Amino acid sequence: MKKSIILLVCLILTLASTLVFDSSAFGKDVDPSGTNTGNKTEIAAAKPEEGVSIGEVADLVGHNKVAINMMWVLITGFLVMFMQAGFAMVEAGMTRAKNAAHTMAMNFMIYPLGMIGFFICGFAFMFGGVGTLGTLGGYDGLNNEITINLFGHPFGLFGGKGFFLSGTYDVAVFALFLFQMVFMDTTATIPTGSMAERWKYSSFFIYGLAVGTIIYPIYGNWVWGGGWLAQLGTQFGLGHGHVDFAGSSVVHLTGGVLAFVGAKILGPRIGKYNKDGSPNAIPGHNIPMAIVGTFILAFGWFGFNPGSTLAGGDLRISVVAVNTMIASATGAIAATLYMWLFKTKKPDPTMMINGMLAGLVAITAPCAFVSVGSAAIIGLISGVLVIEAAFFIEKKLRIDDPVGAIAVHGVNGAWGCLALGLFADGTYGDGWNGVAGKVTGLFYGNSGQFFAQLIGVVSNIIYVGILGVLVFKLTEKLVGNRVDARAELEGLDIPEMGVEGYAGIKMDKNSETPLSH
Amino acid sequence: MKKIEAIIRTSKFEDVKEALHKIDIDFFSYTDVIGVGNEIKKSDRSYRGTVYDTSYISRQELTIVVRDVNLRKTVDCLLDSAYTGEVGDGRIFVTTLDEAWKIRTRIAGEDSLKGEDGK
Repeated sequence: MKKSIILLVCLILTLASTLVFDSSAFGKDVDPSGTNTGNKTEIAAAKPEEGVSIGEVADLVGHNKVAINMMWVLITGFLVMFMQAGFAMVEAGMTRAKNAAHTMAMNFMIYPLGMIGFFICGFAFMFGGVGTLGTLGGYDGLNNEITINLFGHPFGLFGGKGFFLSGTYDVAVFALFLFQMVFMDTTATIPTGSMAERWKYSSFFIYGLAVGTIIYPIYGNWVWGGGWLAQLGTQFGLGHGHVDFAGSSVVHLTGGVLAFVGAKILGPRIGKYNKDGSPNAIPGHNIPMAIVGTFILAFGWFGFNPGSTLAGGDLRISVVAVNTMIASATGAIAATLYMWLFKTKKPDPTMMINGMLAGLVAITAPCAFVSVGSAAIIGLISGVLVIEAAFFIEKKLRIDDPVGAIAVHGVNGAWGCLALGLFADGTYGDGWNGVAGKVTGLFYGNSGQFFAQLIGVVSNIIYVGILGVLVFKLTEKLVGNRVDARAELEGLDIPEMGVEGYAGIKMDKNSETPLSH
Repeated sequence: MKKIEAIIRTSKFEDVKEALHKIDIDFFSYTDVIGVGNEIKKSDRSYRGTVYDTSYISRQELTIVVRDVNLRKTVDCLLDSAYTGEVGDGRIFVTTLDEAWKIRTRIAGEDSLKGEDGK
């Protein structure tokens, strides 16, 4: 009886609400369709009796233009921030249950660590000399690029303004800081995958600061901050200089090279290789989590690539977004079919994941400059490339990369940059890096652009490689890089973190580590 | 009073359970067990391009305590219902038990194994 009374009350309330919200009850100013909201009355005229002046209209249009751009930069930045969750789930899912808290904790703390590093000096090194922020209102206070002269040409090395964001108390700078900080954190979290399950947390902590303060920002300055790679076009006539729309080299290749150096220095996990050098499989403990994480990354990529216009008013964003999703699809399909038909005869879920991410990484640099057909081809190649690269790294180089970070971000980051130099179709990028004309690749008649891409890739590998070795040698001296064998066998969660990722759940730690023979 | 321990295929569990119920063996307990064999077989497991074999064999172990009169039919039932003919169908072990109690009624010995209906 009571239950039917409650149901009756609910029904009456629902009916009443439809009557109360009938628009006629609110007089003539209501606008349920939204077509009349926002009109000339929004513009405050200085002299109401003369009406709104054309100057006042122009001011508001300009303000709104920048407002649209800034909204776009901030919202896409928020999307990229959420990619941290995707990385955490992919990496923890593809590693073992006994290390879950440790793997997750690295992916968690890289966010604040990298951010504070970028706040202290990373941002200043990267963007301290970038010049006018064109799409965000034209602030020009970031004007101190440290430059040396070689062969009669200036070479921009790093910026020198904006430490702790001081002296740049401007909304445009803060929007740029947020957007670029989350990009840096994407780089920073890549090596936690290749070095997972054996990396000492204290060493990781120091690395997190190093990547945010120095390693990432210096190379980033060369490409995005007005440094010497960006100047290859104006100074040496190589196309538009090194062009990287959203970070195949700046973000992914940097992360991939660090992942390579780190995994090489740490050595393989116990049980990974047999005496004859053949690898054993160490299956990840949660494939469903890795797949959900990949969807989060693919979603975040709609911030990563389209956001890199730094302008919501640059309508090329629709082409960028579609190119991004098409390449992710062809990458995933190519990787799946390649495993299924030619390799182990199984579709292999974690290779599907690597395939989609490889397509996304490869299209990151060229996404704004290529046709959708080229995007499909770039993705297709990346899907096969990522598997061949993962096999080569695992079986030939014998570097143990539990999640395939080197193959995904390193190899396909390089491929994406070179692909721009091949496939850029000359429909976008007028005036990019101060060079007149649109960005055009080798297949469309500009070989100089390809060489600029090649120089960018090679200099990234050399610079990041050397700094990576230096940082890991330093952490080896200070705290040691690798956990001891007993901790590794028992799982890092208790000895390193103090709590298990899955406390109270029985797990078979023996079956998680293969026997080398 | 005998204790029967039978290691059977995981895939045969439902068949065995049904067959036991049919001959009025209504209660038994089981655990998941892992055998470690030395059998080299072609594995259907692969991960990131590496075919692997865990060398761990997943089986289920049933523990059935029966009165002596029921031993033969229970063992025959297991032999039939857990059989596939392939290598790895499992084993049956029988031991003699000295004592048994039912906790709620405190009935001891073979009588404790009879169901509520006295069977």
